[in-house]
Order: sequence, then structure tokens, then C-alpha cells
Amino acid sequence: MTTMKTIRLLFAALALFAGALVAVPARAELVIDITRGHMRPLPIALPEFFGSAGQEAQAGRDIARVIASDLERSGLFKPIDSRAFIQSVGSLQASVRFPDWKQINAEALVQGRVEAQPDGRIRVEFRLWDVFAESQMAGSAFTVAPNGWRRVAHLIADAIYKRITGEDGYFDTSIVYVAEDGPKSNRRKRLAIMDQDGETHRFLTDGADMVLTPRFSPTQREITYMSYFRGNPRVYILNIDTARREVLGDFPGMTFAPRFSPDGNTVIMSMAQDGNTEIYTMNLMTRHKARLTNHPAIDTSPSYAPDGNKIVFNSDRGGAQQIYVMNSDGGDVQRISFGDGRYATPVWSPRGDLIAFTKMKGGEFFIGVMRPDGSGERLLASGFLVEGPTWAPNGRVLSFWKETRSDERGKGFSSRLYTIDLTGVNERMLMTPVDGSDPAWSPLIP
Amino acid sequence: MKLRILSLVAAVALVSACESAPEQKGATTTGGQTAPQAARQVVAGSVEDFVANVGDRVFFDYDKFSLRTDAKGNLDKQVAWLKKYPSYKVTVEGHCDERGTREYNLALGEKRANAVKEYFSANGLGKDRVATVSYGKERPAAVGSNEAAWSQNRRGVTVLGK
Repeated sequence: MTTMKTIRLLFAALALFAGALVAVPARAELVIDITRGHMRPLPIALPEFFGSAGQEAQAGRDIARVIASDLERSGLFKPIDSRAFIQSVGSLQASVRFPDWKQINAEALVQGRVEAQPDGRIRVEFRLWDVFAESQMAGSAFTVAPNGWRRVAHLIADAIYKRITGEDGYFDTSIVYVAEDGPKSNRRKRLAIMDQDGETHRFLTDGADMVLTPRFSPTQREITYMSYFRGNPRVYILNIDTARREVLGDFPGMTFAPRFSPDGNTVIMSMAQDGNTEIYTMNLMTRHKARLTNHPAIDTSPSYAPDGNKIVFNSDRGGAQQIYVMNSDGGDVQRISFGDGRYATPVWSPRGDLIAFTKMKGGEFFIGVMRPDGSGERLLASGFLVEGPTWAPNGRVLSFWKETRSDERGKGFSSRLYTIDLTGVNERMLMTPVDGSDPAWSPLIP
Repeated sequence: MKLRILSLVAAVALVSACESAPEQKGATTTGGQTAPQAARQVVAGSVEDFVANVGDRVFFDYDKFSLRTDAKGNLDKQVAWLKKYPSYKVTVEGHCDERGTREYNLALGEKRANAVKEYFSANGLGKDRVATVSYGKERPAAVGSNEAAWSQNRRGVTVLGK
């Protein structure tokens, strides 16, 4: 059992609202230390955002619901059932009655309102209160088109998460993945994209060609992936906005396992020719191709460090699948995984401090993390098959997929997306309309 | 017990029905496990002939791409047949079981397909007749999550084309 603590630290708290700084007396402040495991999520009250007219009130309800759902799924917060609320949404607009919120053990309170603007847009403002300190912790306002309410909700959830944990949020993000349906022997595989909470889901390809391993560009407007278009498995780049699709380079063999470099100028991938798989880069501007590995073993699943100077990859050059790190020019190859079992699918954390991987040992699969020098291995999730970790942009949460065993007729088979906290707690299924695999988390939306 | 006998009788009845029904001939040619009586009726030199009488696939050990002795025996038959019917080109599909990771298995499937292609080449089938493609673990032939299914899925399949 891991522990999470809500700690009240003594230091001068600054209350922020609409850009104004207001000094308040030294007092205990609400903090979640997310580097520890947790056992008690922070009770938070998220009443509907106030709206006077029907449309505003509806947006206010929707926004509060999405914020609550974001915070709840993080495992760090426990939204309080609104039926327990004593103070009404209307009276909350005049002033916060702190005793009413203390009485229901709300440690944090989020108060907000939605106002229609003369130009047809809506203005959404929120304030985050430390209930026991009776002080405001954060607050700001957003003016957006009415259909922008959902994104505002994610931005507010990110602001709350950041103010209380000290870490960047990850709620204003998307996930692209391989949506799967049909029998296990002949799955239809389509690219699909959705918000990180599973909402605004849409398919990006029609399923005529099998697609695998989608990954976002740093601007998150492009996806690189592998497609069996016309029976030729090759790496493609898809522009999400224009739906334009382009095969990457005129490689003589199968290309696969693509990822963007952190600056977005290069795609790194594997190319198989005459049975041998090596790692290549292709510069997207100059179209220049470079081979980084030169070994008869399998070299695949490359992933850049966030500074672009190192590459982690998967190779069986030592006899079985292990994780290796090399310089961005292919030099100085070092094996970093030395534990018991086979290691695969290494992915560098956007913070640079860890590498996530899939491990196979004793008939079981694991999702784990280790430091870039191979030390500090920790296993976070396990199952009959768990595979393909991807990092939330704050480097605190991972998504992966999990398959279940099936009988001789394929019964019992499923493939679902999951998320898990870096501390190995709070494993959650991500709801998708059909089965899924190969999730890839986007950077924060600019 | 009575039920079991009844179902046995039913199964026997079904088998004899199949044997006497003319529309059944040559209809089941997938998977290379065709019953001998069906094989007698396929056209020599057809895809069905290749699949049923030669066998279109060879199997590999876990995480291996080297050809087993039984695989070489099968490939010798494939080569002889393909030399007899030179109008066919072939694509060798490389496949893996589900006990590996997706990207690695794409590479491993490629190695398996290439091992078959190299064997063909060494035995006189021109490389221009033989293409390869890897499906990794994405196209299992047997869907069970057990060694019996996995051993069927670690395969190289010779697909005939013109």
C-alpha cells in the first residue's frame, strides 16, 4: 500500500485572481505531494458554475462536470457529491460561507460562473478556494465561443491540478490510438482521436487498410503511423486538420515504429530490408535519410530523449530483447536493461528523468519505468498482455493497452486502453467506443 | 452418458453426409489440413492443390526465425511444386504469436518471411518470383491464448499470385 498525503505546509500563501496579487497572512496551505503514492484523495467541492440564463446555466453544469471528472480520474481528488452541498450556487456568488463547506469536509472549493457576452461568446471565470484557510488559491477567466466550453473546463482542471500539486496538468490533451473491432483473426484497425477523457471521439481512417503505432508530432497537428495501404507496410504522416496523408520517404522495405524528434523536424523509425531491421531517421525538410544502427539483430522502437541528444531503442543483439541507449548520431550504444526477462517498447519521459517500457517475464507482461541509466526499475502494471506505454505530457501518468486471454474461438478476447499513475496506483480503463491499442498521448495543446 | 452416445451417432451421420454430398468437394482448402478425400478432387496446379497437397505454411519456434527440419521438408515440396507451375509468383507472409510486442514482432515476422525467401532462393526459385511481407502478431491463424494456437501462429505462409 502506497501512501499519499495531503499536507498543509506553513508558508505565506499568495492568492491570485485575474492577475492581481493579494497578500494574505501566513497560513497552512493546501498541497498534494504527488511524488508519493496516495491513499486519500483530496475532497473537493465542484458546484455547478453559475449561469443566469438557460444556456449559461447548462454550460455551467457541463463545465463543472468535466472538471470534476478530470480531477477524479487523476486519483488525487475526490469530488464531493453535490447532494451534500449546503450553500446554494446562487448564494455562493455573493460570498463563500466557509463553515458550510467545512461541515461537509470539502478541503478545496471551486466556484465559477458563465456569462454570455454581447459578441455571442461566453466568459467563464473560476476561483479555487482553500476552505480551511479561507483563502483563494487561484482564479482566472476565459472568453471563448460557446462550443469552447469543454476545452475551458480542461484548462481550469489543469490550473487546479497545477496549483495544488505543483505539477503541470495534462487534461487539455488528446489521445490518438488504434481502434479495433471484428474477430481476433481479422481485426479492423482504424486510427481514432479523442480528448484524454474519451470525449469528442472521432475516427481518422476508414479501416480499409490496417494501421498501427500512431504518434503525435510536437505541435500535435500531425500524426506519424504505419499503414498497410495497398499491401505495402510503410510509415505515413497524417495532418489532422487537412486529413492529408503522405508516405514518408521511398524506402525499399517495410518502415515502421515511427516517432517524431522533439523539435518535430525528424521522424525516427525502423526499416526492414532482406530480413534485417535497422533504425533510420528522415529529416522532414531536407528529406535526408540516415541509418543510425548497423547490426544483423533487430533494432526497433526508437524514442528520443526530450533534449534530442539521446535515443533509446529496443534490440535483440544480445540474444533477447533489451533496451539500449545511443547518441542521436547512432554512436556510443549502451545496454541499460539488465533485469530478468525481455524488455521492449522504451519511451523516454517528456521530463527526461525516466524511460517507460514493456517487460515480458514468466509468461506475464508488465509496464514499468527505469532511469535512463537503467537503474531504479519499477513495475507499475501487469497482465496477460500489457503493452506500449505512452506518457502524459507532465510525465506523471502513463497510458498503455491491455489484452485478455481468449479461448480457441476467440471468446474472452478484449483489448482496452488504460491509464496509471507513475506511483503505480490508480489504474483506470479509458472508455472507448470499440476496443483499442497503441495509445499515444499528445503534448499540451498550445 | 446417453447424451454422449446420441451426439456420437449424430457426428457419424454428419460425416457420412459429407462424404456423399458432391457439393462438398474441394470446398475446404484453408489452413492446409484438408481431408484427403477433398484433396483428390482439386485441380492440379491450382491454389487449392498447393494448399491442400503441398501445404502453404511452415512453423517457427518462439522468438526464432531459423527454419526447423520439418519446415525445410515442407519448403522442398513447395519449391518442387512452384518449379512445376512457373507462372505463379509468391508472397511469403511472416507471422508471430501474441506473446511479443507489436513493433518487435513486425521485425521478427520480416525475418521469418525472409528466411523462407532465402531458402527458396538457395533452391533455385528466383528472387523476382518471391516477395515478403510481415504482419507481426496482427493476423493470427488460431485465436486461442494457448501454446497450441501460438505454435500455429508463428508461421511463414506462401501465398500464390500471378
